[in-house]
Amino acid sequence: MADIIMPRLSDTMEEGTIARWLKQPGDQVSRGEVIAEIDTDKATMDLEAYEDGVLERILVGEGSTAPIGQAIASLAGPGGTPAPAATVAQAPASAPAPAVSAPSAAPENPAASLGTSDRPVAPTSSPLSSPLARSLARRHGLEIANIVGSGPGGRIVRADVEAAIGDGRAAVAAMATPGPLATPSSGAERAGDDVEIVPLGNLRRRTAERLSISAQVPHFSLTSVVDAERLVAFRGEVNRGLDDSTKKISVTDLLVKACATVLRGNPEINSSWDGDKLLRYRRINIGLAVAVPDGLAVPVVHDADRKSVREISAESRALAERARQGKLSLNDIGGGTFTISNLGMFGIDQFTAVLNPPQAAILAVGAARSEPIVRDGAVVAGTTMKLTLSVDHRVLDGATAATFLAELCATLENPLRIVV
Amino acid sequence: MRKERGTQGVAAAPAPATGGIGSESHETLQHYYRQMAFIRAFELRAAEMYQRAKIGGYCHLNLGEEATVVGLMAALAPEDYLFTTYREHGYALARGIAAERVMAELFGKSTGVSGGWGGSMHLFDAETNLLGGYGIVGGQIPPATGAALALSYKAEPDAPTPAVMCLLGDGTTNIGAFHESLNLAAIWRLPIVYVIVNNGLGMGTSVDAASGEPDLYRRGCAYRMPGVRVDGNDVLAVREAARAALEAARKEHQPSILEAVSFRLRGHSVVDPARYRSREDTDKAREEDPLPVFRAQLIDAGALDLSSAVQIEEDAERVVSAAVEFAEESPFPSVEELFAHGYATPVPNAPRALPGDPVIAPAGVARS
Amino acid sequence: MSELSYRQALHDTLREEMLRDESVFLIGEEIGVFEGSYKITAGLLAEFGPRRVRDTPICEEGFVGAAIGAAMLGLRPVVEIMTINFSLLAIDQIVNHAAKIHAMFGGQVSVPMVIRTPGGGGQQLGASHSQNIEVYYAHAPGLKVVTPATPADAKGLLRAAIRDDDPVLFVENLSLYNTKGEVPDETGRIEIGKAAVAKEGRDITVVAYSRAAVIALDVARRLEAEGISVEVIDLRSLRPLDRETVCASVRKTSRAVVLEDDWLSFGVGAEIAATIQEGAFDYLDAPVRRVAAAEVPLPYAKPLENAALPNADALIKVIREILDDTRYQR
Repeated sequence: MADIIMPRLSDTMEEGTIARWLKQPGDQVSRGEVIAEIDTDKATMDLEAYEDGVLERILVGEGSTAPIGQAIASLAGPGGTPAPAATVAQAPASAPAPAVSAPSAAPENPAASLGTSDRPVAPTSSPLSSPLARSLARRHGLEIANIVGSGPGGRIVRADVEAAIGDGRAAVAAMATPGPLATPSSGAERAGDDVEIVPLGNLRRRTAERLSISAQVPHFSLTSVVDAERLVAFRGEVNRGLDDSTKKISVTDLLVKACATVLRGNPEINSSWDGDKLLRYRRINIGLAVAVPDGLAVPVVHDADRKSVREISAESRALAERARQGKLSLNDIGGGTFTISNLGMFGIDQFTAVLNPPQAAILAVGAARSEPIVRDGAVVAGTTMKLTLSVDHRVLDGATAATFLAELCATLENPLRIVV
Repeated sequence: MRKERGTQGVAAAPAPATGGIGSESHETLQHYYRQMAFIRAFELRAAEMYQRAKIGGYCHLNLGEEATVVGLMAALAPEDYLFTTYREHGYALARGIAAERVMAELFGKSTGVSGGWGGSMHLFDAETNLLGGYGIVGGQIPPATGAALALSYKAEPDAPTPAVMCLLGDGTTNIGAFHESLNLAAIWRLPIVYVIVNNGLGMGTSVDAASGEPDLYRRGCAYRMPGVRVDGNDVLAVREAARAALEAARKEHQPSILEAVSFRLRGHSVVDPARYRSREDTDKAREEDPLPVFRAQLIDAGALDLSSAVQIEEDAERVVSAAVEFAEESPFPSVEELFAHGYATPVPNAPRALPGDPVIAPAGVARS
Repeated sequence: MSELSYRQALHDTLREEMLRDESVFLIGEEIGVFEGSYKITAGLLAEFGPRRVRDTPICEEGFVGAAIGAAMLGLRPVVEIMTINFSLLAIDQIVNHAAKIHAMFGGQVSVPMVIRTPGGGGQQLGASHSQNIEVYYAHAPGLKVVTPATPADAKGLLRAAIRDDDPVLFVENLSLYNTKGEVPDETGRIEIGKAAVAKEGRDITVVAYSRAAVIALDVARRLEAEGISVEVIDLRSLRPLDRETVCASVRKTSRAVVLEDDWLSFGVGAEIAATIQEGAFDYLDAPVRRVAAAEVPLPYAKPLENAALPNADALIKVIREILDDTRYQR
């Protein structure tokens, strides 16, 4: 058995007043757990248990004062025998009556619970949590054990505690008696027949904010029509050799590689505006706009110029999959230097993409269509694809952007250049 | 096996001849004997106090070097500067620092010359220009050289300056700092005298075993630095040689080496039984012990009578006893002052944490 | 304000301090006739003469020790050690003497000296010439160790160092000499022992110093464009270390990473991480990470050298990992 003493919690403190006991006799306490709040001459401070055990007796009740060093409670260590819950020894008449009934958490037969077979849950089984998550939970009276962690190895992080604070789950649990769950979103009450209120997800909000920034950038766009016949044929030829349909390459994969190759020769495009200077990126990291349920994600194929089309294809497939599952990491979406947005699969012929800040350029790709084209002076059936490049005018001018787009078209029209 | 060491003859620049005891006043000779006897008494008591655990750490004694110490200090002017090794009690005493402050430092008391911060190896006294005993072998040589640089920096070109005397042991002549410093003193013509106190042994290693050039006064040859060897057991010879070297340093900015040869009467430090020394060697050291030799010389020459000699020795004992008493009664430095000498110029965030203290006050909890 | 290079800021400050105070003099290898290996002292021999600008032979232990002795007699030597790698030849004088003399002699004397020396790798100088060993000195009580990252700090800290009565190791960086920045014209000092919040931010704290602080700031600006708000703490002084500024930042952001050019084990980052866990434990939402040099003698071959040194990409990767691990949502 060990005494818990009134701690010295400030430089000038001589005595402290128990503001609140967070544990009652019979409660299991573990090292580091806050067991009481103590008013010092300066502030209300948490008192943490220095060791594991069972709170045996409270010697100084709420509202009572004790000098530094005086025992204020006693703790039965894991090896000791917890006494039955005792009443407070010295609560002043004016203090609110402390809870004295043995809480249900106390073992019915303390002696028996010390047997190895049915020891109280070992600390190792308690969930991992960050220090911040623990202190945040403490401040909000939440039981950390009732929060589901989403960090590495299931670690409870701040975000998890904040989510729990939001829906009140854990707070309820911490009160020991189950209470009603939080009512559904109050927004529903305001929705009329004509309007459904859709709360913003984080991704939606972030997308909106980013694009608003983008709208402030002075920009322009250029469109070219690519004769895509050979590109489509080339893709077909490459894929014909593949029996595994899951490994087939897409037009987008070829576009990524083509852009990376052409960017290598046009580094001005692979840049961004940085207030008082330009940043010219040495790495070519190509972002791919991907539609996800809650908004838009732009995972990035890093160093696309140094990867084969097959590598790019495998990587972008994996990225798209993670995007749909909402499992993109910041390293997956960060560091992009140029973006491609392809709406061809939705049957769109041509569109203008909004810049993806801070990148200076984004390429909008339309569908490859069979169309009459003029070839060698004759109108023939051909396949075309429309590319629209949007650029940040602070970084780039028309001629530079046009050169890039022209080279890109030439590359796509001679697809061997993509891979050679 | 030590080669025969001469005190004259082979020196590139022989030590200046002294007029001998006959040309000195009785008063001067008695003064030297008084100082030598006092150092002897002090060192023997220091050894005792070490064994009584009143003195901690290392404790290196000047026993057997009293003539060298007194001769050198007789030549050093008050405005000159002195850098010494860790074998330095005698120099501090002969420089005029009160025995009680030296003993108190050995006891680690706040009244010690270095306030209890230095101990036996780190005596320092700004008032007497004793700029420190240094525990790292040869560590004092570059700073001493720099002190000479400062003296020359502050003076008009070619004007006389005070000089620096830098003491070092025979073993120290093999370290790099010695050679780097000699070179700097030579090219910059600094007013400094490097005094090699050659007691024949660097701890247990003989000069012959340690030095490619065992004539240590010649170790400045590579820097065209003159060197002189003198009999360290002859207080007058030491004084004369030091005077000449210091004069050249002050007036001509001529750095030089002065090698004083003597014998260590005991081990390297108080705790060294010196079993590596041969019987003959120890016998020779005893035979040449400068104290009884000088005492006999003075009595023979009529410069001192027996009762005065006894009186001097008793006086020495009495003063040393008083010094011990003073040291004993002095307080230790207060632990409150542990960080008092952290920095000369205070700056924010200077560390003040004791072992086990938090390095930073946890948020929300104020700490004094 | 005027725009100056780091090199020029150092040069100008040396000159101003020499004009202001006769006891300030320069000492080191090749600083006079050769005008300095990195030309910091260009023109000063011609202006001040050999008494004030003293070329030395190659003998770091000798001339650093001589500066200590000169400082003990009241002069204010500013030593240049050609690179920090060569300071190891003088480490006995720096650590056993300069750092100790004030306290060891009971406060009776001080050692008002500055040792200027550049560190840093990345110039293909090989293993022995590419080190960041300032921690060797930052470990020693009695020394002050400053590591300016900007021309303004170079000026303000050098001025403070020269006027300070303690030995100050003034660590420069080869890759910073040509960097430019606004430098205040007034003759202010920057307090030794105080870190700077180089950029305020909400989401994560990056602690860095010297070259790494410049990288950290650049990364912070880049991530700002992505909506990630990075706070950059430039330590500026390694000894004394401004722990409070570091912890105050982490209490705000609850995430921290240290970017350092020195080796990982026992490095500056280790000290910072220990400080944070003690001073901001309850505020941490993720472990403190360190981006430090790979623990190898730095190779000569460019790809290997690049791989071994910490850089912006590595810092960005780690920042994103920490943000991911804490389910960061802007």
